[in-house]
Amino acid sequence: MLSEYEYRDNLYPGHMACAGCGEVLGLKLVLQAVGEKAMAVVLPSCLGIILGPFPYTTFKIPVFHAAFETAASSAAGISNALLAQGDEETQVVALAGDGGTADIGFQALSGAADRDENIIYCCFDNEAYMNTGIQSSSSTPQLAWTTTTPLGKSLKKKNMVEIMGAHKIPYAASACSCFPDDLRRKISEAKKLKGTKYIHILSPCPTGWRFPARLTPNVGRLAVETKYYPLYEIRNGQEYTITHHPKNLPVENYLLAQGRFKHLTKKDLEGIQKEVDARWGELTRRANKK
Amino acid sequence: MRMFLTGNHAAAYGAKLSRPQVIAAYPITPQSPIYEKISEWDGQGALGARMMRVESEHSAMAASISASLTGARTFTATASQGIALMHELLHFASGMRVPIVMVNVNRSLAAPWSFWSEQTDSLSQRDTGWLKFYVADNQETLDTVIQAFKISETVFLPTMVVLEAFYISHFMEPVEVPDQKLVDDFLPPFEPAFRLDTDNPAAFSQTVTQSQYAQFRIQRHQAMEDALEVAGEVDMEYQKAFGRGYGLLESYRLEDAETVLVTAGTIGCTARVAIDELREEGKKVGMLRIRLFRPFPKEQLITSLRHAKKIAVIERNLSPGQEGIFCEELKSALYSRVNGIPVCGFVLGLGGTNVSPLHIKKVFAITEQMNEAPLKPILNIEDEDAFGI
Repeated sequence: MLSEYEYRDNLYPGHMACAGCGEVLGLKLVLQAVGEKAMAVVLPSCLGIILGPFPYTTFKIPVFHAAFETAASSAAGISNALLAQGDEETQVVALAGDGGTADIGFQALSGAADRDENIIYCCFDNEAYMNTGIQSSSSTPQLAWTTTTPLGKSLKKKNMVEIMGAHKIPYAASACSCFPDDLRRKISEAKKLKGTKYIHILSPCPTGWRFPARLTPNVGRLAVETKYYPLYEIRNGQEYTITHHPKNLPVENYLLAQGRFKHLTKKDLEGIQKEVDARWGELTRRANKK
Repeated sequence: MRMFLTGNHAAAYGAKLSRPQVIAAYPITPQSPIYEKISEWDGQGALGARMMRVESEHSAMAASISASLTGARTFTATASQGIALMHELLHFASGMRVPIVMVNVNRSLAAPWSFWSEQTDSLSQRDTGWLKFYVADNQETLDTVIQAFKISETVFLPTMVVLEAFYISHFMEPVEVPDQKLVDDFLPPFEPAFRLDTDNPAAFSQTVTQSQYAQFRIQRHQAMEDALEVAGEVDMEYQKAFGRGYGLLESYRLEDAETVLVTAGTIGCTARVAIDELREEGKKVGMLRIRLFRPFPKEQLITSLRHAKKIAVIERNLSPGQEGIFCEELKSALYSRVNGIPVCGFVLGLGGTNVSPLHIKKVFAITEQMNEAPLKPILNIEDEDAFGI
């Protein structure tokens, strides 16, 4: 029996993620926490690359590399097939990127959440289409450089955690691959609940965010400690809990650590700081409501 | 038990008798009564399958693929815009070698909006690697759904059972609904050797190299070729067990026929009437109805048509800029072995317009006096003078 802080790896070494990949770190943690009695759906994304080419696999659990927009619908199909065969034990995890979740797979995800399909949906958010070469998604933050927003993205980032919370699913949470215990605990929470569980995992990407590979843990921690990306969970769409209380560092510590934000002016930074503070105020208001 | 059923309900009975474990569906006219009938059984606790009321046909097919991959017998039904939306995943399903059975109720595709019978929706999915049956009546619908599971689960390819909007879907006919026991004896439980299984973990649908991809494509084609024999055997086995068989092609008064109509679907039923009347007038006419379109039973087709002097094709579909798709396929099959039979392509019944025995007789008359096959499809037969009949 493994203790609370010991986990068996369900991801083989030798995968093809970039050096310093924040996503593969999150994936390793998710697969550890989800355990061996589980099946996964993976999409064409960085995850598909990490999974590896035929006839190899880096996953120790069964995995289906499904069509891009079908993480939720494919996972739901597996879940129903298991239930139809009397298997209520096996966990089904959908593993998708931000494009596969917030853009092209959004309808299928909303449908699955509406039907409260018994799945754990993990969105590994590296805030752009990284696998195809850093193109902007609806999860790319405002003002971030990508190859399709060379002057910085003018639109705001879609807030998937709130959207999923609004589906009144049993569990929606934000997490970050640089907060391992928090992430694994959230997967463990999700495993205890029936219905659709959504976990949004910020996954720093040295390749797309333009920072040195060795700094991944620092960048991820800065995102959280500056309140830019708060860690929290929503139960049944209404019970908010902040799961890590940030150090309240200035947001520019996070932004200026990355090349994708290097063009930001002082005014831009002030604007973002103001918005982050306002968002945090709203989040704490909701968390204190209960 | 003999029941009075619409084609849609015959399809639903065929599915239920096959004991599917997962059914994912989305409403669309004219398929919805299949979904509703299955939901009714689900509500009564009489279905025995997990129902997934998904938010689109795309998700219906995605869920069907992964459910089948998890070892569950899987059924779905769609039509028109729905099958068009599924297109990406139809390729995916055959690539995954999952034996899903899907009913497609043929309906015209937008634009403009229309809800009537046309085969272009399913024929646009010609190259997706699905077996495709075109049925002619309600009984054949029920029987073909049951046969389809057996064929699919033998060759590991998905099967589409195609019936025409309203002409079959909403038309009521007496249908023999077989006993569950008979169907259970005919169709054993689905036990795939390869599936998502935590005791035997494997990765499915990995990225492959160029040559590996080529190999997988060739394997899929070979499975489709094997399916031709399997479909024939399953039909014969079905005939023994249930007393009804159809063949892969239906031959009607073909033996000494000089002018042969080739068609698919309900036009085949209408043609039997027209042919009987023409035979009474002493005309040597007959029909070959394409029941299985993929894999295409070329050998049988050539053998059946070898002695025809002239061939007419009537079909409810059109490839703009070319001709009717069955006609094109037929010519392609004949060209390799039989030369010189004029094949006249008639595209009639588009958008669900009626093809009556009178129309069919006219088609025979036009074809009989045609010495050379027209290069273009004949789209209108109203003006008799234009054809000199």
